[in-house]
Amino acid sequence: MSKFKKKKGGDLPAISTASLPDIVFMLLFFFMVATVMRDSTLMVKNQLPAADQIQKLDKKDRVMYIYAGEPSSRYTDKYGTQPRIQLNDKFATVSEVGAFVLSERASKRQELQNVLTTALKVDGETKMGLISDIKQELRKVNALKINYTTRIGDYSQNID
Amino acid sequence: MAKRSAPEVNAGSMADIAFLLLIFFLVTTTIETDSGLNRKLPPIEEIEDPPIIKEKNIFTVVVNKNNQLLVEEELVDISDLRALATEFLDNGGGEGEDACEFCQGTRDPKSSDNPEKAIISLKNDRETSYKVYIAVQNELVAAYNVLRDREFIRLFPNESMTFVEANKKYSDPRTSPEEKERLKPKLTEVKLLFPQKLSEAEPSKTN
Repeated sequence: MSKFKKKKGGDLPAISTASLPDIVFMLLFFFMVATVMRDSTLMVKNQLPAADQIQKLDKKDRVMYIYAGEPSSRYTDKYGTQPRIQLNDKFATVSEVGAFVLSERASKRQELQNVLTTALKVDGETKMGLISDIKQELRKVNALKINYTTRIGDYSQNID
Repeated sequence: MAKRSAPEVNAGSMADIAFLLLIFFLVTTTIETDSGLNRKLPPIEEIEDPPIIKEKNIFTVVVNKNNQLLVEEELVDISDLRALATEFLDNGGGEGEDACEFCQGTRDPKSSDNPEKAIISLKNDRETSYKVYIAVQNELVAAYNVLRDREFIRLFPNESMTFVEANKKYSDPRTSPEEKERLKPKLTEVKLLFPQKLSEAEPSKTN
């Protein structure tokens, strides 16, 4: 009549899966926090040049993005390999930049309309001609605050 | 005696472990934000009568279609650009009311009078590649930052940070408004000592 009976080896107990939801939720939250949402799918190559004298970009609602670069491999059949401008989800010509900026500006809140920054996300291989044309268009619509978006790195990475 | 199976492992604390990990990741991950070089474009209106600027106060940087750099009519390597620009801005060759007290340059009368008057003129070709242009911009901004850092440390040694760090702190949304108020006049003061006067010419066309 002992209280301490040796446990007889029965079936292996099933491992509880009660915590599985927790783990899944944890992963979910992690990815929700760490992912940066991109509003538009990139249709151009976007290997940004490196710079180290950089400043952080303003809050997201004060920025409009203009992408430029060679069309990515999926689109080369249709659009060729000449660098192009991408506004929102489609390719655009230089003359459309002005209208894009004005419509973006109109869609923002009144108090933000004067503090908007235009972020130029341009592929490093692009020629300056296209960028000067964009800048000229921006000047025409008085969108003077611009940001050359770069990745962090030493300038020497740009020289090959 | 009835055969008893082993008791189930208590999983009640699993949730605690999961939350602990979740909080760990929440704290350690930083959401990636875009960063880059901020620039301001000139307004499109033509200035009626442009001010007369002495040739010696202009530091010309030309990038040609082969991505070569011509600084003050001499072919230079981009690695020397920062030093050359710093030297030009910090020269302080002016006399009388143009004199610059804080400049530590060589005071060469052939170079800039003072940082207030010194203008960097950047001209590039339509065929210049964008990444070289960014590298040049980066180096020119770096030259200004080097000098602003120096002046910031000289004027405000108690802050024990550089101009760039102070500026970063100022634009950080986590900094308290009081701290921002305190930093603002100091930053403006240093900015006025070395105003960023970077002029960009319209690009030349290659034939």
